[in-house]
Amino acid sequence: MDTPALKNICTQVRRDIINMTANAGSGHPGGSLSAVEMLVALYFDVMNVDPKNPSDPARDRLVLSKGHAAPALYGVLGEKGYFSTEEFKNFRQLHSILQGHPDAKKCPGVDASTGSLGQGISIAVGMALGAKATKNPCHVYAICGDGELQEGLVWEASMAAAHYGLDNLTVLVDNNGLQIDGSNDEVMSLGDLNAKFTAFGYNVIELEDGNDIEAVVAALKTPPMKGKPTLLLCHTHKGKGISFMEDQVGWHGKAPNEEQRAEALKELEG
Amino acid sequence: MSETKATRAAYGEALAKLGHENDKIVVLDADLSHATMTLTFAKEFPDRHFNAGIAEANMVDMAAGMSRMGLIPFCSTFAVFAGRSYDQIRNGICYPHFNVKMAFTHAGVTVGEDGGSHQAIEDIALMRVLPGMTVICPCDANETYQAVKAAAEMDGPVYLRLARLATPVFDPMPFTIGKGNVIVDGSDAVLFTCGIMVNECLKAAELLRQKGMNPAIVNLHTIKPIDAELVRAYAAKCKRVYTVEEHSVIGGLGDAVADVLLSGGVACSFKKIGVQDCFGQSGKAMEVLAEYGLTGAQIAQTIAG
Repeated sequence: MDTPALKNICTQVRRDIINMTANAGSGHPGGSLSAVEMLVALYFDVMNVDPKNPSDPARDRLVLSKGHAAPALYGVLGEKGYFSTEEFKNFRQLHSILQGHPDAKKCPGVDASTGSLGQGISIAVGMALGAKATKNPCHVYAICGDGELQEGLVWEASMAAAHYGLDNLTVLVDNNGLQIDGSNDEVMSLGDLNAKFTAFGYNVIELEDGNDIEAVVAALKTPPMKGKPTLLLCHTHKGKGISFMEDQVGWHGKAPNEEQRAEALKELEG
Repeated sequence: MSETKATRAAYGEALAKLGHENDKIVVLDADLSHATMTLTFAKEFPDRHFNAGIAEANMVDMAAGMSRMGLIPFCSTFAVFAGRSYDQIRNGICYPHFNVKMAFTHAGVTVGEDGGSHQAIEDIALMRVLPGMTVICPCDANETYQAVKAAAEMDGPVYLRLARLATPVFDPMPFTIGKGNVIVDGSDAVLFTCGIMVNECLKAAELLRQKGMNPAIVNLHTIKPIDAELVRAYAAKCKRVYTVEEHSVIGGLGDAVADVLLSGGVACSFKKIGVQDCFGQSGKAMEVLAEYGLTGAQIAQTIAG
Protein backbone atom coordinates (compact mmCIF):
# COMPACT_ATOMS: atom_id res chain seq x y z
CA MET A 1 0.00 0.00 0.00
CA ASP A 2 1.37 3.46 -0.82
CA THR A 3 2.17 6.08 1.78
CA PRO A 4 -0.74 8.48 1.09
CA ALA A 5 -3.22 5.61 1.43
CA LEU A 6 -1.61 4.54 4.70
CA LYS A 7 -1.73 8.10 5.96
CA ASN A 8 -5.43 8.26 5.19
CA ILE A 9 -6.01 5.13 7.20
CA CYS A 10 -4.01 6.58 10.10
CA THR A 11 -6.27 9.65 10.06
CA GLN A 12 -9.38 7.49 9.98
CA VAL A 13 -8.12 5.39 12.90
CA ARG A 14 -7.46 8.61 14.85
CA ARG A 15 -11.09 9.61 14.22
CA ASP A 16 -12.15 6.17 15.42
CA ILE A 17 -10.12 6.57 18.62
CA ILE A 18 -11.65 9.98 19.35
CA ASN A 19 -15.15 8.74 18.66
CA MET A 20 -14.78 5.53 20.62
CA THR A 21 -13.40 7.21 23.73
CA ALA A 22 -15.83 10.13 23.50
CA ASN A 23 -18.82 7.79 23.10
CA ALA A 24 -17.69 5.62 25.99
CA GLY A 25 -16.83 8.61 28.15
CA SER A 26 -13.68 6.73 29.16
CA GLY A 27 -10.64 5.01 27.70
CA HIS A 28 -7.06 5.90 26.83
CA PRO A 29 -6.76 8.26 23.86
CA GLY A 30 -3.18 9.50 24.47
CA GLY A 31 -1.35 6.17 24.18
CA SER A 32 -3.73 5.01 21.46
CA LEU A 33 -2.91 7.99 19.26
CA SER A 34 0.85 7.51 19.66
CA ALA A 35 0.64 3.88 18.47
CA VAL A 36 -1.48 4.45 15.34
CA GLU A 37 1.33 4.35 12.78
CA MET A 38 2.75 1.10 14.16
CA LEU A 39 -0.61 -0.64 14.04
CA VAL A 40 -1.60 0.69 10.62
CA ALA A 41 1.79 -0.24 9.16
CA LEU A 42 1.53 -3.75 10.57
CA TYR A 43 -2.05 -4.53 9.55
CA PHE A 44 -2.18 -2.71 6.23
CA ASP A 45 1.29 -3.24 4.81
CA VAL A 46 3.42 -5.70 6.75
CA MET A 47 1.60 -8.55 8.43
CA ASN A 48 0.32 -11.60 6.61
CA VAL A 49 -3.27 -11.55 7.85
CA ASP A 50 -6.72 -12.13 6.42
CA PRO A 51 -9.61 -10.52 8.29
CA LYS A 52 -11.98 -13.06 6.75
CA ASN A 53 -9.95 -15.89 8.24
CA PRO A 54 -8.78 -14.56 11.62
CA SER A 55 -7.88 -18.04 12.90
CA ASP A 56 -5.65 -19.01 9.96
CA PRO A 57 -2.78 -20.93 11.63
CA ALA A 58 -0.24 -19.39 9.24
CA ARG A 59 -1.21 -15.79 10.05
CA ASP A 60 1.24 -13.38 11.57
CA ARG A 61 0.41 -12.52 15.20
CA LEU A 62 0.22 -9.24 17.01
CA VAL A 63 0.02 -8.86 20.77
CA LEU A 64 -0.87 -5.39 21.99
CA SER A 65 1.09 -5.60 25.22
CA LYS A 66 0.04 -2.04 26.11
CA GLY A 67 -3.56 -3.23 26.17
CA HIS A 68 -4.94 0.14 27.21
CA ALA A 69 -4.30 1.30 23.62
CA ALA A 70 -7.25 -0.92 22.67
CA PRO A 71 -9.05 1.88 20.78
CA ALA A 72 -6.14 2.05 18.31
CA LEU A 73 -6.18 -1.72 17.83
CA TYR A 74 -9.97 -1.79 17.44
CA GLY A 75 -9.82 1.09 14.98
CA VAL A 76 -7.31 -0.80 12.85
CA LEU A 77 -9.12 -4.15 13.10
CA GLY A 78 -12.44 -2.51 12.24
CA GLU A 79 -11.04 -0.57 9.29
CA LYS A 80 -9.30 -3.75 8.10
CA GLY A 81 -12.62 -5.62 8.18
CA TYR A 82 -12.32 -8.00 11.14
CA PHE A 83 -15.70 -6.72 12.30
CA SER A 84 -18.12 -3.99 11.34
CA THR A 85 -17.07 -0.45 12.16
CA GLU A 86 -20.59 -0.20 13.63
CA GLU A 87 -19.11 -2.04 16.62
CA PHE A 88 -17.06 1.04 17.53
CA LYS A 89 -20.06 2.62 19.25
CA ASN A 90 -20.18 -0.37 21.63
CA PHE A 91 -16.65 0.16 22.91
CA ARG A 92 -16.63 -0.37 26.70
CA GLN A 93 -20.36 -1.17 26.73
CA LEU A 94 -21.98 -4.22 28.31
CA HIS A 95 -21.74 -7.40 26.16
CA SER A 96 -19.47 -5.69 23.62
CA ILE A 97 -16.73 -7.53 21.74
CA LEU A 98 -14.76 -4.31 22.27
CA GLN A 99 -13.92 -4.58 25.96
CA GLY A 100 -11.99 -1.84 27.76
CA HIS A 101 -8.86 -3.91 27.18
CA PRO A 102 -8.45 -6.48 24.35
CA ASP A 103 -10.22 -9.77 25.03
CA ALA A 104 -9.10 -12.71 22.89
CA LYS A 105 -12.26 -14.63 23.79
CA LYS A 106 -14.58 -11.94 22.51
CA CYS A 107 -12.91 -9.99 19.71
CA PRO A 108 -11.97 -11.48 16.32
CA GLY A 109 -8.35 -10.80 15.41
CA VAL A 110 -7.20 -10.41 19.01
CA ASP A 111 -4.66 -13.13 19.82
CA ALA A 112 -4.07 -12.49 23.51
CA SER A 113 -5.97 -10.81 26.32
CA THR A 114 -3.84 -7.95 27.53
CA GLY A 115 -4.07 -5.00 29.86
CA SER A 116 -2.00 -6.31 32.74
CA LEU A 117 1.24 -4.68 31.63
CA GLY A 118 4.31 -6.76 30.90
CA GLN A 119 2.35 -9.86 30.03
CA GLY A 120 1.84 -9.28 26.32
CA ILE A 121 5.50 -9.38 25.39
CA SER A 122 5.91 -12.58 27.39
CA ILE A 123 2.94 -14.17 25.61
CA ALA A 124 4.41 -13.02 22.27
CA VAL A 125 7.72 -14.67 23.15
CA GLY A 126 5.76 -17.87 23.83
CA MET A 127 4.01 -17.55 20.46
CA ALA A 128 7.32 -17.08 18.65
CA LEU A 129 8.81 -20.02 20.54
CA GLY A 130 5.72 -22.09 19.75
CA ALA A 131 5.96 -21.08 16.09
CA LYS A 132 9.53 -22.36 15.98
CA ALA A 133 8.56 -25.56 17.77
CA THR A 134 5.75 -26.24 15.30
CA LYS A 135 7.74 -25.05 12.28
CA ASN A 136 5.15 -22.36 11.62
CA PRO A 137 6.80 -19.68 9.45
CA CYS A 138 4.67 -16.84 10.87
CA HIS A 139 6.13 -13.71 12.46
CA VAL A 140 5.05 -12.45 15.87
CA TYR A 141 4.82 -8.76 16.80
CA ALA A 142 4.32 -7.15 20.20
CA ILE A 143 3.75 -3.49 21.00
CA CYS A 144 4.90 -2.35 24.43
CA GLY A 145 4.46 0.98 26.11
CA ASP A 146 7.45 2.78 27.56
CA GLY A 147 6.01 2.93 31.06
CA GLU A 148 5.33 -0.77 30.68
CA LEU A 149 9.07 -1.38 30.50
CA GLN A 150 9.14 -0.78 34.25
CA GLU A 151 7.55 -4.23 34.65
CA GLY A 152 10.20 -6.85 35.42
CA LEU A 153 8.39 -9.38 33.24
CA VAL A 154 9.40 -7.40 30.13
CA TRP A 155 13.02 -8.18 30.90
CA GLU A 156 12.37 -11.80 31.79
CA ALA A 157 10.66 -12.17 28.43
CA SER A 158 13.46 -10.32 26.64
CA MET A 159 16.06 -12.62 28.14
CA ALA A 160 14.09 -15.60 26.86
CA ALA A 161 13.63 -14.04 23.40
CA ALA A 162 17.39 -13.75 23.01
CA HIS A 163 18.14 -17.10 24.65
CA TYR A 164 15.87 -18.91 22.22
CA GLY A 165 17.12 -16.88 19.25
CA LEU A 166 13.65 -15.70 18.29
CA ASP A 167 14.30 -13.97 14.98
CA ASN A 168 10.59 -14.45 14.27
CA LEU A 169 9.75 -11.87 16.95
CA THR A 170 9.63 -8.10 16.62
CA VAL A 171 8.91 -5.96 19.67
CA LEU A 172 7.84 -2.39 19.06
CA VAL A 173 8.25 0.13 21.86
CA ASP A 174 5.89 3.10 21.80
CA ASN A 175 8.24 5.53 23.50
CA ASN A 176 5.99 8.53 24.00
CA GLY A 177 7.75 9.49 27.23
CA LEU A 178 4.67 9.79 29.40
CA GLN A 179 2.79 7.55 31.80
CA ILE A 180 -0.14 8.03 34.19
CA ASP A 181 1.67 9.79 37.03
CA GLY A 182 3.92 11.98 34.87
CA SER A 183 6.90 11.62 32.55
CA ASN A 184 8.85 8.36 32.61
CA ASP A 185 11.77 10.24 34.07
CA GLU A 186 9.69 11.64 36.90
CA VAL A 187 8.10 8.31 37.74
CA MET A 188 10.86 5.75 37.10
CA SER A 189 13.65 6.55 34.68
CA LEU A 190 14.07 4.08 31.85
CA GLY A 191 17.64 5.11 31.07
CA ASP A 192 19.29 4.28 27.77
CA LEU A 193 16.73 1.97 26.22
CA ASN A 194 18.74 1.33 23.08
CA ALA A 195 21.71 0.20 25.15
CA LYS A 196 19.53 -1.86 27.49
CA PHE A 197 17.71 -3.73 24.73
CA THR A 198 20.94 -4.20 22.79
CA ALA A 199 22.55 -5.65 25.90
CA PHE A 200 19.58 -7.99 26.29
CA GLY A 201 20.33 -9.40 22.83
CA TYR A 202 17.95 -7.63 20.48
CA ASN A 203 18.81 -6.20 17.10
CA VAL A 204 17.65 -2.68 17.96
CA ILE A 205 16.35 -0.31 15.30
CA GLU A 206 15.75 3.17 16.64
CA LEU A 207 13.20 5.38 14.91
CA GLU A 208 13.48 9.06 15.63
CA ASP A 209 9.91 9.55 14.53
CA GLY A 210 7.71 6.57 15.28
CA ASN A 211 4.72 8.53 13.98
CA ASP A 212 6.24 8.67 10.48
CA ILE A 213 4.39 5.88 8.71
CA GLU A 214 6.93 5.57 5.92
CA ALA A 215 9.78 5.14 8.38
CA VAL A 216 7.80 2.63 10.46
CA VAL A 217 6.97 0.54 7.39
CA ALA A 218 10.58 0.62 6.19
CA ALA A 219 11.86 -0.45 9.62
CA LEU A 220 9.30 -3.25 9.88
CA LYS A 221 10.30 -4.50 6.43
CA THR A 222 13.98 -4.69 7.35
CA PRO A 223 14.85 -8.39 7.29
CA PRO A 224 15.49 -9.77 10.78
CA MET A 225 19.01 -10.57 11.88
CA LYS A 226 19.40 -14.34 12.00
CA GLY A 227 19.09 -15.72 15.52
CA LYS A 228 18.16 -12.39 17.09
CA PRO A 229 14.83 -10.84 18.05
CA THR A 230 14.22 -7.38 16.64
CA LEU A 231 13.29 -4.35 18.70
CA LEU A 232 11.92 -1.20 17.12
CA LEU A 233 12.44 1.67 19.50
CA CYS A 234 9.88 4.15 18.22
CA HIS A 235 10.01 7.67 19.61
CA THR A 236 6.46 8.91 19.43
CA HIS A 237 4.18 11.60 20.76
CA LYS A 238 1.40 10.83 23.17
CA GLY A 239 -1.87 12.20 21.79
CA LYS A 240 -0.29 12.50 18.32
CA GLY A 241 -2.45 14.27 15.76
CA ILE A 242 -4.69 16.21 18.14
CA SER A 243 -2.92 19.44 19.04
CA PHE A 244 -4.40 19.86 22.50
CA MET A 245 -3.63 16.24 23.44
CA GLU A 246 -0.06 16.06 22.12
CA ASP A 247 2.57 15.39 24.79
CA GLN A 248 0.02 16.05 27.52
CA VAL A 249 0.18 13.57 30.40
CA GLY A 250 -3.43 14.36 31.33
CA TRP A 251 -4.72 12.63 28.19
CA HIS A 252 -3.48 9.19 29.22
CA GLY A 253 -6.79 7.95 30.50
CA LYS A 254 -9.29 10.72 29.94
CA ALA A 255 -11.98 10.79 27.26
CA PRO A 256 -12.74 13.93 25.24
CA ASN A 257 -16.04 15.65 25.99
CA GLU A 258 -18.37 16.63 23.15
CA GLU A 259 -16.70 19.98 22.58
CA GLN A 260 -13.26 18.39 22.55
CA ARG A 261 -14.47 15.64 20.25
CA ALA A 262 -15.71 18.20 17.73
CA GLU A 263 -12.46 20.13 17.94
CA ALA A 264 -10.38 16.98 17.51
CA LEU A 265 -12.41 15.75 14.54
CA LYS A 266 -12.12 19.15 12.94
CA GLU A 267 -8.34 19.00 13.24
CA LEU A 268 -8.39 15.56 11.62
CA GLU A 269 -10.24 16.94 8.60
CA GLY A 270 -6.89 18.55 7.83
CA MET B 1 0.53 -51.42 48.28
CA SER B 2 4.11 -51.88 49.35
CA GLU B 3 5.47 -49.52 46.69
CA THR B 4 5.78 -45.84 47.47
CA LYS B 5 6.26 -43.03 44.99
CA ALA B 6 5.88 -39.26 45.07
CA THR B 7 3.19 -37.81 42.84
CA ARG B 8 5.83 -35.47 41.38
CA ALA B 9 7.78 -38.54 40.22
CA ALA B 10 4.62 -39.97 38.70
CA TYR B 11 4.09 -36.64 36.93
CA GLY B 12 7.50 -36.89 35.29
CA GLU B 13 6.84 -40.48 34.22
CA ALA B 14 3.39 -39.59 32.90
CA LEU B 15 4.80 -36.79 30.76
CA ALA B 16 7.50 -39.01 29.31
CA LYS B 17 4.90 -41.62 28.40
CA LEU B 18 2.24 -39.23 27.10
CA GLY B 19 4.89 -37.35 25.14
CA HIS B 20 5.08 -40.33 22.79
CA GLU B 21 1.31 -40.42 22.29
CA ASN B 22 0.73 -36.71 21.79
CA ASP B 23 3.32 -34.58 20.01
CA LYS B 24 1.50 -31.38 21.01
CA ILE B 25 2.58 -31.78 24.63
CA VAL B 26 5.44 -29.47 25.57
CA VAL B 27 6.91 -28.93 29.02
CA LEU B 28 8.19 -25.75 30.60
CA ASP B 29 10.30 -25.47 33.71
CA ALA B 30 11.79 -22.69 35.77
CA ASP B 31 15.17 -24.19 36.66
CA LEU B 32 13.61 -26.94 38.75
CA SER B 33 13.37 -29.83 36.30
CA HIS B 34 15.39 -32.04 38.67
CA ALA B 35 12.81 -31.47 41.38
CA THR B 36 9.64 -31.41 39.30
CA MET B 37 10.90 -34.65 37.69
CA THR B 38 10.45 -33.49 34.11
CA LEU B 39 14.03 -34.48 33.26
CA THR B 40 13.03 -37.73 31.58
CA PHE B 41 10.71 -35.84 29.25
CA ALA B 42 13.46 -33.29 28.59
CA LYS B 43 15.89 -36.06 27.64
CA GLU B 44 13.44 -37.88 25.39
CA PHE B 45 12.01 -34.76 23.78
CA PRO B 46 14.70 -32.07 23.94
CA ASP B 47 12.90 -29.99 21.31
CA ARG B 48 9.74 -29.96 23.39
CA HIS B 49 11.18 -29.00 26.75
CA PHE B 50 11.75 -25.31 27.49
CA ASN B 51 13.57 -23.94 30.47
CA ALA B 52 12.42 -20.43 31.34
CA GLY B 53 15.15 -19.98 33.89
CA ILE B 54 14.26 -18.66 37.31
CA ALA B 55 11.37 -16.62 35.94
CA GLU B 56 8.05 -18.25 36.80
CA ALA B 57 5.90 -15.38 35.55
CA ASN B 58 7.54 -15.51 32.15
CA MET B 59 7.26 -19.30 32.05
CA VAL B 60 3.51 -19.09 32.53
CA ASP B 61 2.91 -16.37 29.93
CA MET B 62 5.21 -18.08 27.43
CA ALA B 63 3.05 -21.16 27.93
CA ALA B 64 0.00 -19.01 27.20
CA GLY B 65 1.58 -17.95 23.91
CA MET B 66 2.59 -21.51 23.05
CA SER B 67 -0.95 -22.74 23.65
CA ARG B 68 -2.06 -20.25 20.99
CA MET B 69 0.17 -22.04 18.50
CA GLY B 70 -1.75 -25.28 19.06
CA LEU B 71 0.57 -26.79 21.66
CA ILE B 72 -0.43 -28.23 25.04
CA PRO B 73 2.04 -26.72 27.52
CA PHE B 74 2.62 -28.17 30.98
CA CYS B 75 4.25 -25.60 33.29
CA SER B 76 6.24 -27.11 36.11
CA THR B 77 7.51 -25.40 39.23
CA PHE B 78 6.89 -25.42 42.97
CA ALA B 79 3.35 -24.80 44.19
CA VAL B 80 4.58 -21.94 46.37
CA PHE B 81 5.30 -20.02 43.15
CA ALA B 82 1.63 -20.14 42.18
CA GLY B 83 1.48 -16.81 43.95
CA ARG B 84 4.48 -15.48 42.09
CA SER B 85 2.94 -16.25 38.70
CA TYR B 86 -0.63 -15.55 39.73
CA ASP B 87 -1.34 -12.49 37.59
CA GLN B 88 -0.06 -14.41 34.58
CA ILE B 89 -2.25 -17.42 35.41
CA ARG B 90 -5.23 -15.12 35.96
CA ASN B 91 -4.99 -12.67 33.09
CA GLY B 92 -2.71 -14.49 30.65
CA ILE B 93 -4.36 -17.92 30.84
CA CYS B 94 -7.68 -18.08 32.70
CA TYR B 95 -9.21 -14.83 31.45
CA PRO B 96 -8.95 -15.93 27.79
CA HIS B 97 -9.38 -19.60 28.87
CA PHE B 98 -6.20 -20.81 27.17
CA ASN B 99 -5.23 -24.47 27.12
CA VAL B 100 -2.35 -24.43 29.61
CA LYS B 101 -1.69 -26.91 32.42
CA MET B 102 0.05 -25.86 35.62
CA ALA B 103 1.52 -28.94 37.31
CA PHE B 104 3.01 -27.51 40.46
CA THR B 105 4.91 -29.82 42.77
CA HIS B 106 6.11 -29.57 46.37
CA ALA B 107 2.69 -28.52 47.64
CA GLY B 108 1.84 -28.52 51.32
CA VAL B 109 3.86 -28.80 54.49
CA THR B 110 5.40 -32.18 53.61
CA VAL B 111 7.97 -30.25 51.59
CA GLY B 112 9.65 -30.53 54.97
CA GLU B 113 13.15 -29.21 55.51
CA ASP B 114 12.95 -26.22 53.14
CA GLY B 115 10.51 -24.63 55.57
CA GLY B 116 7.51 -22.36 55.49
CA SER B 117 8.78 -20.13 52.68
CA HIS B 118 8.51 -23.14 50.37
CA GLN B 119 5.39 -24.86 51.71
CA ALA B 120 2.32 -23.80 49.73
CA ILE B 121 -0.74 -23.86 51.98
CA GLU B 122 -2.72 -21.39 49.86
CA ASP B 123 -2.48 -22.65 46.28
CA ILE B 124 -5.82 -24.48 46.14
CA ALA B 125 -7.54 -21.31 47.36
CA LEU B 126 -5.76 -19.19 44.77
CA MET B 127 -6.59 -21.53 41.93
CA ARG B 128 -10.18 -22.49 42.68
CA VAL B 129 -11.31 -18.87 42.73
CA LEU B 130 -10.29 -18.41 39.08
CA PRO B 131 -13.21 -18.80 36.64
CA GLY B 132 -12.81 -21.78 34.32
CA MET B 133 -9.89 -23.30 36.19
CA THR B 134 -9.96 -27.04 36.91
CA VAL B 135 -8.17 -27.97 40.14
CA ILE B 136 -6.93 -31.52 40.72
CA CYS B 137 -4.91 -32.96 43.60
CA PRO B 138 -4.19 -36.64 42.92
CA CYS B 139 -3.70 -39.07 45.82
CA ASP B 140 -1.00 -41.34 44.42
CA ALA B 141 1.15 -42.23 41.42
CA ASN B 142 -1.60 -44.03 39.50
CA GLU B 143 -4.07 -41.21 39.95
CA THR B 144 -1.40 -38.71 38.94
CA TYR B 145 -0.88 -40.50 35.64
CA GLN B 146 -4.62 -40.46 34.99
CA ALA B 147 -4.88 -36.83 36.00
CA VAL B 148 -2.04 -35.75 33.69
CA LYS B 149 -3.61 -37.70 30.83
CA ALA B 150 -7.07 -36.25 31.47
CA ALA B 151 -5.64 -32.73 31.77
CA ALA B 152 -3.89 -33.10 28.42
CA GLU B 153 -7.07 -34.37 26.82
CA MET B 154 -9.36 -31.58 28.03
CA ASP B 155 -9.36 -28.05 26.65
CA GLY B 156 -8.76 -25.27 29.16
CA PRO B 157 -6.57 -24.39 32.13
CA VAL B 158 -5.84 -27.05 34.74
CA TYR B 159 -3.99 -26.81 38.04
CA LEU B 160 -2.42 -30.08 39.20
CA ARG B 161 -1.28 -30.06 42.82
CA LEU B 162 1.56 -32.50 43.36
CA ALA B 163 3.63 -33.60 46.33
CA ARG B 164 7.31 -34.07 47.07
CA LEU B 165 6.87 -36.86 49.63
CA ALA B 166 6.83 -40.49 48.51
CA THR B 167 3.53 -42.08 49.55
CA PRO B 168 1.91 -45.48 48.95
CA VAL B 169 0.72 -46.43 45.50
CA PHE B 170 -2.82 -47.80 45.68
CA ASP B 171 -4.52 -50.20 43.33
CA PRO B 172 -5.73 -48.24 40.29
CA MET B 173 -9.08 -46.53 40.77
CA PRO B 174 -11.42 -45.10 38.18
CA PHE B 175 -10.64 -41.48 37.33
CA THR B 176 -12.90 -38.91 35.77
CA ILE B 177 -12.34 -35.21 36.29
CA GLY B 178 -15.07 -33.94 38.61
CA LYS B 179 -16.05 -37.41 39.92
CA GLY B 180 -14.94 -38.34 43.42
CA ASN B 181 -14.14 -41.88 44.53
CA VAL B 182 -15.50 -43.62 47.60
CA ILE B 183 -12.36 -45.36 48.81
CA VAL B 184 -13.82 -46.80 51.97
CA ASP B 185 -17.54 -47.00 52.52
CA GLY B 186 -18.94 -46.22 55.94
CA SER B 187 -21.97 -45.07 57.85
CA ASP B 188 -21.30 -42.85 60.86
CA ALA B 189 -18.74 -40.30 59.62
CA VAL B 190 -17.30 -39.24 56.27
CA LEU B 191 -13.82 -37.90 55.55
CA PHE B 192 -13.64 -35.88 52.35
CA THR B 193 -10.01 -35.61 51.39
CA CYS B 194 -7.53 -35.37 48.52
CA GLY B 195 -3.86 -35.77 47.67
CA ILE B 196 -1.48 -37.45 50.03
CA MET B 197 -3.96 -36.99 52.88
CA VAL B 198 -5.92 -39.92 51.46
CA ASN B 199 -3.20 -42.15 52.90
CA GLU B 200 -3.40 -40.48 56.32
CA CYS B 201 -7.18 -40.81 56.26
CA LEU B 202 -6.85 -44.54 55.59
CA LYS B 203 -4.68 -44.82 58.71
CA ALA B 204 -7.18 -42.75 60.67
CA ALA B 205 -10.09 -44.89 59.51
CA GLU B 206 -8.33 -48.05 60.64
CA LEU B 207 -7.85 -46.59 64.13
CA LEU B 208 -11.44 -45.37 64.22
CA ARG B 209 -12.74 -48.82 63.28
CA GLN B 210 -10.81 -50.24 66.22
CA LYS B 211 -12.84 -47.89 68.35
CA GLY B 212 -16.07 -49.16 66.87
CA MET B 213 -16.68 -46.42 64.35
CA ASN B 214 -17.42 -47.00 60.67
CA PRO B 215 -16.08 -43.98 58.78
CA ALA B 216 -16.26 -43.49 55.00
CA ILE B 217 -13.39 -41.99 53.03
CA VAL B 218 -14.18 -40.06 49.87
CA ASN B 219 -11.31 -39.03 47.61
CA LEU B 220 -12.21 -35.70 46.02
CA HIS B 221 -9.24 -35.58 43.66
CA THR B 222 -10.99 -32.85 41.71
CA ILE B 223 -11.53 -29.86 43.95
CA LYS B 224 -13.01 -27.85 41.10
CA PRO B 225 -15.46 -28.70 39.69
CA ILE B 226 -16.32 -30.51 42.90
CA ASP B 227 -18.48 -33.63 42.90
CA ALA B 228 -21.39 -31.95 44.65
CA GLU B 229 -23.71 -34.92 44.23
CA LEU B 230 -21.31 -37.30 45.96
CA VAL B 231 -20.59 -34.77 48.72
CA ARG B 232 -24.30 -34.31 49.44
CA ALA B 233 -25.02 -38.03 49.31
CA TYR B 234 -22.27 -38.99 51.76
CA ALA B 235 -22.94 -36.08 54.10
CA ALA B 236 -26.62 -37.06 54.22
CA LYS B 237 -25.73 -40.70 54.75
CA CYS B 238 -23.02 -40.29 57.41
CA LYS B 239 -24.20 -37.08 59.15
CA ARG B 240 -20.74 -36.28 60.56
CA VAL B 241 -18.58 -34.56 57.95
CA TYR B 242 -14.83 -33.98 58.13
CA THR B 243 -12.64 -32.47 55.47
CA VAL B 244 -8.95 -33.33 55.58
CA GLU B 245 -6.38 -31.45 53.51
CA GLU B 246 -2.70 -30.52 53.53
CA HIS B 247 -3.65 -26.90 52.92
CA SER B 248 -5.03 -23.98 54.86
CA VAL B 249 -8.53 -24.53 56.19
CA ILE B 250 -9.30 -21.22 54.49
CA GLY B 251 -10.26 -21.45 50.84
CA GLY B 252 -9.32 -25.04 50.15
CA LEU B 253 -11.11 -28.38 49.89
CA GLY B 254 -12.89 -27.78 53.19
CA ASP B 255 -14.48 -24.57 51.99
CA ALA B 256 -15.39 -26.17 48.68
CA VAL B 257 -17.23 -28.95 50.55
CA ALA B 258 -18.81 -26.43 52.94
CA ASP B 259 -20.18 -24.48 49.99
CA VAL B 260 -21.88 -27.59 48.67
CA LEU B 261 -23.32 -28.55 52.04
CA LEU B 262 -24.63 -25.11 52.96
CA SER B 263 -26.21 -24.43 49.62
CA GLY B 264 -27.52 -28.02 49.46
CA GLY B 265 -29.23 -27.75 52.85
CA VAL B 266 -27.72 -31.00 54.13
CA ALA B 267 -28.15 -31.47 57.87
CA CYS B 268 -24.82 -32.63 59.27
CA SER B 269 -22.01 -31.71 61.61
CA PHE B 270 -18.92 -30.28 59.91
CA LYS B 271 -15.28 -29.85 60.79
CA LYS B 272 -12.30 -28.81 58.67
CA ILE B 273 -9.00 -30.54 59.42
CA GLY B 274 -6.06 -28.78 57.79
CA VAL B 275 -3.45 -26.11 58.39
CA GLN B 276 -5.10 -23.71 60.83
CA ASP B 277 -4.37 -20.33 59.25
CA CYS B 278 -0.61 -20.39 59.81
CA PHE B 279 2.56 -20.93 57.80
CA GLY B 280 4.61 -24.10 57.95
CA GLN B 281 8.20 -24.62 59.14
CA SER B 282 11.28 -26.76 58.66
CA GLY B 283 11.46 -30.35 59.82
CA LYS B 284 11.22 -33.86 58.46
CA ALA B 285 8.08 -34.23 56.34
CA MET B 286 6.19 -36.44 58.77
CA GLU B 287 7.31 -34.38 61.76
CA VAL B 288 5.97 -31.24 60.12
CA LEU B 289 2.73 -33.00 59.21
CA ALA B 290 2.37 -34.00 62.86
CA GLU B 291 3.10 -30.45 64.00
CA TYR B 292 -0.07 -29.35 62.21
CA GLY B 293 -2.19 -32.28 63.42
CA LEU B 294 -2.44 -34.00 60.08
CA THR B 295 -1.15 -37.53 60.69
CA GLY B 296 -3.54 -40.47 60.61
CA ALA B 297 -3.41 -40.91 64.38
CA GLN B 298 -4.09 -37.23 65.00
CA ILE B 299 -6.95 -37.19 62.52
CA ALA B 300 -8.47 -40.20 64.30
CA GLN B 301 -8.08 -38.43 67.62
CA THR B 302 -9.76 -35.28 66.33
CA ILE B 303 -12.66 -37.33 65.06
CA ALA B 304 -13.03 -39.70 68.04
CA GLY B 305 -12.81 -36.70 70.37
